[in-house]
Amino acid sequence: MSLAVYIAVMAGVTYLIRMIPFAAFRKQIKSRFFRSFLYYVPYAVLTAMTVPAIFYSTGSVATAAFGTAVALVLAYMDMPLIVVALAASAAALAAGWILPFLRF
Amino acid sequence: MKSPFAKGLFDGIPIALGYLSVSFGFGILAVRSGLTTLASVMISASNLTSAGQAAGIGIIAAGGSYLEMALTQLVINLRYGLMSISLSQKLDGTFNTPRRLIAAYGITDEIFAVASAQKGLITARYMYGLISVSTFGWCLGTFLGASAGALLPSSLTNAMGIVLYAMFIAIVVPPAKKSRGVLAVAGVAAFCSMVFRYLLPQVGGGFAIILSAIIAAVAGALAFPAAGEEGERA
Repeated sequence: MSLAVYIAVMAGVTYLIRMIPFAAFRKQIKSRFFRSFLYYVPYAVLTAMTVPAIFYSTGSVATAAFGTAVALVLAYMDMPLIVVALAASAAALAAGWILPFLRF
Repeated sequence: MKSPFAKGLFDGIPIALGYLSVSFGFGILAVRSGLTTLASVMISASNLTSAGQAAGIGIIAAGGSYLEMALTQLVINLRYGLMSISLSQKLDGTFNTPRRLIAAYGITDEIFAVASAQKGLITARYMYGLISVSTFGWCLGTFLGASAGALLPSSLTNAMGIVLYAMFIAIVVPPAKKSRGVLAVAGVAAFCSMVFRYLLPQVGGGFAIILSAIIAAVAGALAFPAAGEEGERA
């Protein structure tokens, strides 16, 4: 088993999955149902990837929940992506420092 | 106005920052499973995908067959096919076949998310900008993780784990505020994803995401079909 072949197989399969549909679909899809479906796909994929994985993303459900809450509030206020992303991370970091002192 | 390429670079900065933290973890993992720093970066540069790469180095470490490698990548990365179809509907008229062959390399969850959230059609130059800065972050993070992983405090690397998910929230919430269809789709997707995670864990993570997304998007297309009508955000 050669490392170069492993990497080539990985990269080749991954590229073809992306490339074939991207190059093949040339026309606007007419079906109203399929267009609506494709319009909703991004939101469906992103939500399915985020929930519930986000709560396990920092190694502590408590700090992750805090970061998630901050992200939801800032996103609701239409803040830019980078602001939401970094603020959520900073909130999770701060929660990691503060929470140990809040045992009640 | 900024050029489309510069706008792509700018829009890709949060992706690159998120990738930096995720691929840092991949770099640590790859070296631990016996790969060199160079091989780790080669894998990141040629694959540009988190879950597929993590599974791939596991197969390499275990000495699995090439067929197993191919099938695993196919299943885990099948969602990109769905994203490619969706994104193919948003390409402007100058997006010819060579440009599609180049840009297809960079269709990741995050690049797809940012590109689909753009108003109107997207150009190849915009995609190149997004992909360049993101790939740079992905490879740099892999390099740093592979060569210096143990040096950062774990509190910091842990907190960086939430960056990409927070970005996803920032993409979904604003349209969900305005469109009941998007809100319903997000709700169904979250529900299905939790059902798979907690009640049907035997369905693998990649399949769980594909199935949840298809169920939610079909439900949305049936209940709120008008959304995609004008190619406009409803």
